[in-house]
Amino acid sequence: MAATLLHTPLYERHVELGARMVPFAGWEMPVQYEGVIPEHRAVRADAGVFDVSHMGELEVEGPHARDLLQHALSNDVDKLEPGQAQYTLLTNERGGIIDDLIVYRVGDCSYLLVVNASNRAAAYAWLKEREIPGSDVRDVSDDCALLAVQGPKAIERLGLPPATAFTFAESSIDGVEVMVNRTGYTGEDGCELLCMSEDAVRLWDAVLERGAVPCGLGARDTLRLEVCYPLHGNDIGPDTDAISAGLGWACALDKEFEGVEVLRRVKADVPERRLVAFVMEDKAIPRQGMPIEGGGEVTSGSHSPMLEIGIGLGYVPVAQAQPETELTIDVRGRPRRARVVKKPIYKRED
Amino acid sequence: MAAAESYPDDLKYHEEHDWARVEGDEAVVGITWFAADALGELVHFEAPEVGATVTKDQSYGEVESVKAVSDLIAPLSGEVLEVNAQVVDAPETVNEDPYGNGWLLRIRLADSGEVDALLDVGAYRDLLAQQ
Repeated sequence: MAATLLHTPLYERHVELGARMVPFAGWEMPVQYEGVIPEHRAVRADAGVFDVSHMGELEVEGPHARDLLQHALSNDVDKLEPGQAQYTLLTNERGGIIDDLIVYRVGDCSYLLVVNASNRAAAYAWLKEREIPGSDVRDVSDDCALLAVQGPKAIERLGLPPATAFTFAESSIDGVEVMVNRTGYTGEDGCELLCMSEDAVRLWDAVLERGAVPCGLGARDTLRLEVCYPLHGNDIGPDTDAISAGLGWACALDKEFEGVEVLRRVKADVPERRLVAFVMEDKAIPRQGMPIEGGGEVTSGSHSPMLEIGIGLGYVPVAQAQPETELTIDVRGRPRRARVVKKPIYKRED
Repeated sequence: MAAAESYPDDLKYHEEHDWARVEGDEAVVGITWFAADALGELVHFEAPEVGATVTKDQSYGEVESVKAVSDLIAPLSGEVLEVNAQVVDAPETVNEDPYGNGWLLRIRLADSGEVDALLDVGAYRDLLAQQ
């Protein structure tokens, strides 16, 4: 391997558990322990824990932190009270997506941004360049570890009280100080626990002791795909716009932010293509990059452990974007039938 | 449950991690424990048609896990007599029992002389030791 891969504070724990380690965004991360499918099902049925310490944390502080973020991010940060969080996009001047992230309003003049590992440097540089007097952007990722504890029993297993999604609070888990964020990337109830790097091993051991199943990035990907959460780098990126990606709900088009004119225009003109969810009708597994007949392309594809069929996300011309539309996907030269479905692909039967 | 690592003595092996059980002018073929473990739980078997011809050292199909796709390399040449329907329906059978219920094809050999070019279990284990 050419470059040295980074390790989270939990690297030794992953190796001890027998994880299969793979390079991901410059980090050596666990892709699976027991297996993607059992880990996926553990999260749907009970609780799983993911080391997502590779993700980046940026602090934005100062009396004008709000002004900086309101102009850089697509969603309306003024909707946040301290203790609340929001899904939002860091957009470029073309309305493209530099990163998708969650912004936490920590205090009146203090925000925390949790960004994708692969975009940490780009997001930091973008915001740093746009600093205004009275705002300060700092990359505090190296001080932080982040564990996602997800599943219908996650909160109960951690001994935490129920709380509204997209809120957060200081707490402690078995003596470890944590910020408990009611957020996640699996479509399940649960939380993301932010702690100091030096506390990561104690927190990980406590969460495992409480019965959460260690889960790798493989299950994280299939879980998010079943509920149609886009993955930056696959489904969205600097050259795709939020409206075509179905993320208009995270864009406050009535405020001014980078690229907003482009997004307003795309919305008014109706986008040429849309990011749709589909399920395979034939036995086949769609994969990123496969052509969809009619000019589309698969951006994420895998096997759904819950539905036990191939599923995916992809861009198709608007004429093919309605649910129930039949698609034909080129699976390494073989035409295979798929059907557009409403998002999410998987929904718990209550 | 995935099977424990094993490489039966009575099989012939191909360096692409396939095995063949030769019986007269027919052979049953599959993938080794090593290949199944490297891929993880299989979720799809793209099989050839019965009657198709497979050629030694060339791809005859694919197996996929959640994360990976792998070509299946024919250890021997011949005509496909039977595809294991149990694996088509439940590909994880390969992980559970790679040399038994997880077989993939039964073929009629085109040239039984090809068998001599395959590895015995000792040679295959040596190959794995170098990986």
